This record gives sequence, C-alpha cells and structure tokens, in this order.
Amino acid sequence: MTEFFQSLGMSYDFAWFTATIVGILAISLIVMFSVAMVIYVDRKVLGAIMLRRGPNVVGPFGLLQSFADGLKVFLQETIIPSAANKGIFLLAPIITFTVALAAWAVIPFDAGVVLADINVGLLYILAISSLGVYGVVMSGWASNSKYPFFSAMRAAAQMISYEVSIGFVLVCVVLYAGTFNMTGIVEAQRGHGLGVINGFFINPLLFPMFVVFFISALAETARAPFDLTEAESELVAGYQTEYSSMSFALFWLGEYANILLMCSLCTLLFMGGWLPPIEWAPLYYVPGIVWFLLKTFMFFFMFSWIWATVPRYRYDQLMRLGWKVFLPMSLLFVAVISGYLMATGHFS
Amino acid sequence: MIQTLAFYLFAGLVIASAVMVIMARNPVHSVLWLILAFFNAAGLMVLVGAEFIAVLLVIVYVGAVAVLFLFVVMMLDIDFAAMRAGFVRNFPLGLAIAAILLAELFLGIGAYNAGGLQLGTPDGANQAAMGASNIEAIGALLYGPYIILFEIAGIILLVAMIGAIVLTHREAKPGARGRQDIGKQISRRPDEATIMKNPESGQGVEL
Repeated sequence: MTEFFQSLGMSYDFAWFTATIVGILAISLIVMFSVAMVIYVDRKVLGAIMLRRGPNVVGPFGLLQSFADGLKVFLQETIIPSAANKGIFLLAPIITFTVALAAWAVIPFDAGVVLADINVGLLYILAISSLGVYGVVMSGWASNSKYPFFSAMRAAAQMISYEVSIGFVLVCVVLYAGTFNMTGIVEAQRGHGLGVINGFFINPLLFPMFVVFFISALAETARAPFDLTEAESELVAGYQTEYSSMSFALFWLGEYANILLMCSLCTLLFMGGWLPPIEWAPLYYVPGIVWFLLKTFMFFFMFSWIWATVPRYRYDQLMRLGWKVFLPMSLLFVAVISGYLMATGHFS
Repeated sequence: MIQTLAFYLFAGLVIASAVMVIMARNPVHSVLWLILAFFNAAGLMVLVGAEFIAVLLVIVYVGAVAVLFLFVVMMLDIDFAAMRAGFVRNFPLGLAIAAILLAELFLGIGAYNAGGLQLGTPDGANQAAMGASNIEAIGALLYGPYIILFEIAGIILLVAMIGAIVLTHREAKPGARGRQDIGKQISRRPDEATIMKNPESGQGVEL
C-alpha cells in the first residue's frame, strides 16, 4: 500500500505513515463489524441451543440487533460513582478496548495481508494479551466497590495462571515452525499431515497442545465455563458492575474482540490459517481469507456451544486445572517435542 | 524523521512517567506510572532494533511483575503519613543508590566504547552476531559462549523458586476441612450421593 501512496506523489516516509494509518483504520473497522455480527451469532446460537428464537426483531432475522444495542448504549448516560477513582475508572475500559484491537496488527488474514509482518509476531500477541489484565484490575480497583474488586482479583490470578500454559503451548508450535513470525508459522503447516493435510492439529504430538490451548483460550478470555470474573450468581456483574453506557460497551466490545482474536490464533497456530484444509489444487481457487474466516468462525461457534452446555467451574478447580494439570502437561510436551525434533534432525 | 520524533516521544514519556512514579501520592497511581515507563522503554528498544528484548520487557515486567506489584499495592492499606515521614531519613540512602546507578551507567558506556563485547563495537569492527535476526543472535550468544553463565542463572532461579515454595508451603493436617480429593469427587455417582424417598403424606422422613 505504501507504493500506492508514493505514486500519488508523497515522500516514502509520509506514504508509509499514511498507509499504516489507513491499514489500522481498515483492520479496526473490520474487527468492530465482525464483533457486532459475532455478538449476534453468539445470541442466536445460544437461543437455538436453548430452543428459543434469539434476537429476531431489529432488521431481517434480527441482524441489526447489535447496532441497535450500540446506538442504545451510546445514548445512555455515563454514571461515575462518587467514591470511584475517576481517572482510572475511565481509563480502564479504554485500555481493555485498545489492547483488544492492538493485537490484530500482526494477524495475517491471507498470504501477505497483514499490517505488521514482524519477526516476533507471536511474542507480540503474547505481550499484548498479557496487558488485557490491566483493564480488568484497574476497573475493579477504581470502582471502589467490593464485588468488582473480588472480580478483579479473580481475573488477575486466572489470566496469569493460564498465560503460563499458553506460553508453553506456543513454544511447542514455534519449535515445529522454527519462527515467531505469524506468516512463517502458517507456511510451516503446509502439507504437515503426510503432505496432504494443512495444519499442526493433525500431528499427534501437537494435538494435545491444541486442546490445552483451546481450553486456556476460554480461561484467558474469561468465557464459560471459566467466567468466574463475572459470575452473576456471586459477583453481580463482576468488574463491570459499576459501569454504564459507552464505558460498559467498551468492555463488551473488547471482550468479544479478544474472543475473536483467540479464535483466529487457534486457526493460525493449529488449523493452517488461510491455507485450505487439504492440499488439493481446486481448493486454492477459494480465496485464502474465506478459509481463514470459516475456520475462525468454526472456533467461535465452539465457544458459543461450550457457553451453552458446560456448567461453571469452581474457582479452586480452575486454579488446579491451570497449575496442576495444564502446566506440567505442557512442560512435559515441550521436553518431549524438542527431544523428538532433535532426534529426528528437524533443526539441522 | 519519524524515528527521531518517536524517540523523543518515548524518551520524554519514560522520564515524565518515572518522575510521576515518585511524585504520585497514591501508590496505585505510582505503579500505573511505572507500567507506562516500562512500556515506553520497550518502545525505545524497538527503535534501536531490539524487538525481542522489547517484547520480553513487556511480557515479563509489564505482563507479570507489575501485575503482582499492583496486586500487592491494591491489597495493602498504606498509611501515607507514615510513608512520607520516612523521606528525610531515607534520603541519603536513596542518593547513594542513585549515585551508584549513575556510575554503573557511565561504566557501561565506557566499556562499550572500549570495545571488548562480542555484540559488536560502535565502529562496526567486531560484529559477531550481527546480521542474524534478534532471536537467533541472542540464542547464539546465550547457548554459545555464555552457556555456563546462562545455566547457572537458571539453576539460581530454580533454587529461589523452590525456596519460595518451601517457605510458604504448609502441610494440611489429614482430614482437615477444605481438603479436596479430586479423584474421589469425580468418581462419585448419583446413586451413592442421593437417596430417593417417597414419604407418606403427613409423615416425616427418616434419613
């Protein structure tokens, strides 16, 4: 895109700057639109599983429901509790939202369709997603209210615990791919299964890691069955209790943007990203972005499905699963996979 | 041009937020300013081309260490008056630490200019690991010439970790309340956990 702006007579620096800004706007708009649609899908799927209709009033099939909700919260009054720490109270939803969008900078939607194709792409995502906890902790503390504070403490402990095992799963993937670059990781999955199937999930050593990653992604985004941070039977609405109107909506949007990010990470790390499921020439006529979106929404459907079917974990069970099951298991697999790859001469 | 602007932006923000860490009256605000300082320091690292170090700085310090700081500071009920009373008493100590840090900074710059490091010298003569990507260069150094030091650092951290666990670990008394046997819990079946009773109207239930 830089070349296009240069052809309009800009200097290289300025053209690069403009191209980046345009790219950021395009990705943010696409992600925000997907989030709006995904919230609708989530409610529809939940409705279908519970044998009810879900949203069906606003627009054809209720498709415009999310936009109506967005307009509604936009017109509501922002209430700031008088005992709240005002600055941090207002900063927290902004941080949650910004961080949720910033991680999309390194996600490749198709071959070469990525805003920043950096060498440390995967680590960047890990770094940005570890910032997500600040929005929650700050909102919980700044609300100056008991339930949000409990929720923030739970969220901080939960996110840190599961980030550890996510980190080790990523190490396993990187050992196979030999790079931290997202495009490189997807390319490494081409024909991984017997030269036919694209994707690391088919590898018997990586499949358990795929399962660990998916469950940790549920915990990391505080989705059911790990939604203890906003367990409504215990904590009202968790850290969002004191928030209203747009500041509440920013949490909501950031949460779904994070869920979509985790779904696309599952796609990129284990399902072959924009590559078709199997190496067969006719499948390459379908544009890569279609494969990417199909796989991502398949994972999103699984998120909704789990939300509707699995009861909530108890908090000590959640911690036990993270530290006593996933952490030793992923550590073991890092050792086994690196040993296997050394023995088979993968690195030479 | 953009690099220069970005440098002054990041550098200015690092200094400003570092000042705010000390000036802020609320300790939670201090920690948040500290996080901003870490973040902008990571931005400076990106500008000099050390993107791996930058990302590690964010993951380790911002993502883990500062969260624990924040955790502790939020939980503590801090007496501000007592904290400020200690300022004059601790001032000489702080000054001494600042002087040592400044001396180390100058020593580091001096050593770098003298050119004994394998990372390369400013005149570009000694570029052992340059040209490779960040991660490869650091890996080649850590697992090459400095493998012993790296392993020793790892062992020290492991010992510290085990020490911390041993110090805080308390063996629960057998049969104490709150002790969970997960295997027992998940192997429970409905017919051993519940009894069906069909009491006559007006009769109580004997369990």
